[in-house]
Amino acid sequence: MLELRNIRFDVDDDAGHVDILKDVSFSVPEGRFVVITGPNGGGKSTIAKLIAGVRMPTGGQILFDGQDITTLSITERARLGVSYALQQPVRFKGIQVVDLLRIAAGRELSMSESCEYLSRVGLCARDYISREVNASLSGGELKRIEIATILARGTRLSVFDEPEAGIDLWSFQSLIRVFEEMRKSIERSSILVISHQERILNIADEIIVVADGRISQQGPRDAVLPSLIGTASALSSCDRLQERG
Amino acid sequence: MDTIQKRILAEVADLHAVPEGAYNIRANGQSAGRRSTANIEITSKPEGNGIDIRIAPGTKKQSVHIPVVLSESGLKETVYNDFYIGADSDVVIVAGCGIHNCGTQDSEHDGIHRFYVGENAKVKYVEKHYGEGDGEGKRILNPGTEVTMEKNSSMEMEMVQIRGVDSTDRVTTAKLDAGARLIVKERLMTHGSQSAISVYKVELNGAGASADVVSRSVARDDSYQKFDACVVGNAPCHGHTECDSIIMDRGRILAVPSLEANDVDAELIHEAAIGKIAGEQLVKLMTLGLTEAEAEEQIINGFLK
Repeated sequence: MLELRNIRFDVDDDAGHVDILKDVSFSVPEGRFVVITGPNGGGKSTIAKLIAGVRMPTGGQILFDGQDITTLSITERARLGVSYALQQPVRFKGIQVVDLLRIAAGRELSMSESCEYLSRVGLCARDYISREVNASLSGGELKRIEIATILARGTRLSVFDEPEAGIDLWSFQSLIRVFEEMRKSIERSSILVISHQERILNIADEIIVVADGRISQQGPRDAVLPSLIGTASALSSCDRLQERG
Repeated sequence: MDTIQKRILAEVADLHAVPEGAYNIRANGQSAGRRSTANIEITSKPEGNGIDIRIAPGTKKQSVHIPVVLSESGLKETVYNDFYIGADSDVVIVAGCGIHNCGTQDSEHDGIHRFYVGENAKVKYVEKHYGEGDGEGKRILNPGTEVTMEKNSSMEMEMVQIRGVDSTDRVTTAKLDAGARLIVKERLMTHGSQSAISVYKVELNGAGASADVVSRSVARDDSYQKFDACVVGNAPCHGHTECDSIIMDRGRILAVPSLEANDVDAELIHEAAIGKIAGEQLVKLMTLGLTEAEAEEQIINGFLK
């Protein structure tokens, strides 16, 4: 369904020339749940941005359902069926949660439909539906609304960049349930998640480890996960609490 | 009234038929309809340059509509409307002015509104400005609003100007007695080569008086805006002004928030922010399938809502 071929991404900044991604190739087959992990700063988020079209690669090709989408805009990719949940959700003054869900769905939504999306991410619809997506919402609330917009889109490919960041441990279980429901409800759909949480890696079909701009390991969960346990690429809940300090 | 006038009326006052309650409709300098009610009396000033609106004390849950429509090119008028709002009343006042100018001469309506709000009275005031027509003549609105608020009265003013007015120079002044409360919500969008100046001077003269003046605006194309809000605290009081603006294209915005405290217990705050639409906001909406232009429109609509 999604294929990245020899993707390179480099930038010129104050520090000089930096190769963020050196030669990355992988594919996400239909119906799969793929997790990209690896140490911070390894280029994981850049991969998500390249797939969504927020950044353009310096070299290589991106294919979606066999179509070359390398030069397509964010909008064109979104309309083809690519969804992208940002690591840092954006705030908007004046735009309400219901507006965002309606835009995501691309049509008018009934109150019960909007409420359904919010309940699935553990938010009480009555309290949130008319709230503005502004600074009055906490990081965790925004993150869940971000996931609700992906549910409202219901596209075949959904890319989540660290969906668990800022979400408490209760929602962790719910988040995993959300992924499982998505896989069931959208036919031939695939999910690509960037995360280094063991609990998310545990439900992956395939794991890709990205370090220093390259793929260092790639394969079915059972083959890859054992070597990651206890490293920064597969944090347990306790590690995660310690990491937060 | 003709169809153009009717359409403008719908724009500025959300009126599609004769309104309920008291009303006075002014079209091209003439009265196009008026109704007083048992508690709300509308009379022409003897000089013929405006109306007096008298709301009896204790009038509850009633409304007054006083829209103005100009569809004749080259018409210039200054109108004085005085509102006497009786003690303990609770009313909604809807004003608004729409100009349709297809001609070459400038059309101008300068409405001077004076409000005398009695003790414990509660007023909601809505004012919309709108302009249209593709003539070379300018559409000009220079409203003046003077508010005098007696003890424990409250007033909420919603001022909206979203499209089509070439030039506005608005001055709003308010004097508040003890316990009075004023809330102003201004929404402004300028485009083309429009210019809009909005000046507020709010004096908090009695203990416990409070004011909250909030403006949200968008300046597109080559337009210019100036927002000048001054809150003066002459007693123990609370005052807050906020100006939040989106700047686009070659627009220019000058924000001049100011505070003056003449009492040690006056608590006054001002906030002002000007910036373009954040790139990440556009990106987020584009990942939901909107084009960049559609995303921009959604962001502005939300911001000005």
